[in-house]
Amino acid sequence: MKQILIDYTLHLADNSLILGQRNSEWCGHGPVLEQDIAITNISLDLIGQARNFYQYAAHLINRQTELSESENPPSGGRGASEDSLAYLRKEEEFKNCLLVEQPKGDWAQTILRQFFFSQYQYLLFQQLENSKDEQLAAIAEKSLKEVTYHLRWSSEWVIRLGDGTEESHKRMIKAIDELWRYTGEMFEAVSYELRASGEEFGVDVSKLKEPWQKKVNDIFCEASLPPAGGWGALMQTGGKEGKHTEHLGNIFTELQYMQKTYPGCEW
Amino acid sequence: MNSTNDHINIQINEKVIWEFLKEINDPEIPVLSIIDLGIVREVKFQSPPLGDGGIEVIITPTYSGCPAMDMIAATIKIQLATLGFKKIKVTQILSPAWTTDWMSEEGKRKLREYGIAPPNPKQQVCDQKLFAAAEAVQCPHCNSYHTHRISEFGSTACKALYQCDDCEEPFDYFKCH
Repeated sequence: MKQILIDYTLHLADNSLILGQRNSEWCGHGPVLEQDIAITNISLDLIGQARNFYQYAAHLINRQTELSESENPPSGGRGASEDSLAYLRKEEEFKNCLLVEQPKGDWAQTILRQFFFSQYQYLLFQQLENSKDEQLAAIAEKSLKEVTYHLRWSSEWVIRLGDGTEESHKRMIKAIDELWRYTGEMFEAVSYELRASGEEFGVDVSKLKEPWQKKVNDIFCEASLPPAGGWGALMQTGGKEGKHTEHLGNIFTELQYMQKTYPGCEW
Repeated sequence: MNSTNDHINIQINEKVIWEFLKEINDPEIPVLSIIDLGIVREVKFQSPPLGDGGIEVIITPTYSGCPAMDMIAATIKIQLATLGFKKIKVTQILSPAWTTDWMSEEGKRKLREYGIAPPNPKQQVCDQKLFAAAEAVQCPHCNSYHTHRISEFGSTACKALYQCDDCEEPFDYFKCH
């Protein structure tokens, strides 16, 4: 039961951290100053969410380790912290969805991914607010206020680009083509998600699929983009169980470099 | 030593601590104290694990990723230590989530004088429809309501960027949250 809660919390944390890290690649490179600031603000919110989840996961891991001294300590080891969980775990221990680790691509691809993910988080956190686990519920309540901004901002941009110029429309189509195959994974529960929703501290993600598709279709329709149903049913999965695309490793060469090269360094 | 402790117990009550915390400012918006911002939720004396001479301050972050929170927590500890407290704990809670409704009227006045438009009362932005006209925000420089939003995100997580159509000055708006 405790290990399920840890795995589930790490999954939520990893999703937020990896997307936050990806978006931060725009810092200083945004198409215009205001949008550069917007996407990096969203990064900051996501990394803030990740910190809250990691701190909670570290607390649970440390308590579990105290209880069972003899067993092998879980990943992150004794004295787990938000830093050790973010910087020292291996690729196959990360439980984020494949969607969030994909390259930032062009502005259209970044916008579309943010929209897909914010719409998912919006629905997820509305449910997670009712979690039996008080801390998960509190993090969801706090995060939801920020996600509401992310969703509105990214929805507007999907419409602006989809219904904009010939070029921007073309780029949105290309972005959908690139990312659609990673959307199914969000709604396909893996073992710890099934157990988490069974124990009523997690969310049954399969139930979010329909409302998510409906919202995506509404926005696509307004953006003059073809409806989501026609984008193919073949989905790439595995990220939530540690089977990642090569892109996660590329993220780690930056994200984890310092702590792996100079363990415990501070500045 | 004993006399110092007695001094604490007799002289320093909760009201004094709340007044004292008014001296601690937000490092990113230095005109606002942490009390003006409404992030201090509770002050507890001698909570059981801390024992005599201990104090716990409970704070709530404005935004999940606000980098000022760690510094604020450290400053609270340093400042309370000057009052003679031996054990000081700063606890962060997330629920109920912070809202701009908790900002004091005094805080709003200080923001305006500093050149940042204070948050409008109650959740207009948060439920806004896509592409809806931005809410009317008063220019902190010339008081005109003839302003427009440049970006929903500003120099810190808590602000949006506006420009006045009358005096043409750009300004930060502490957005309703």
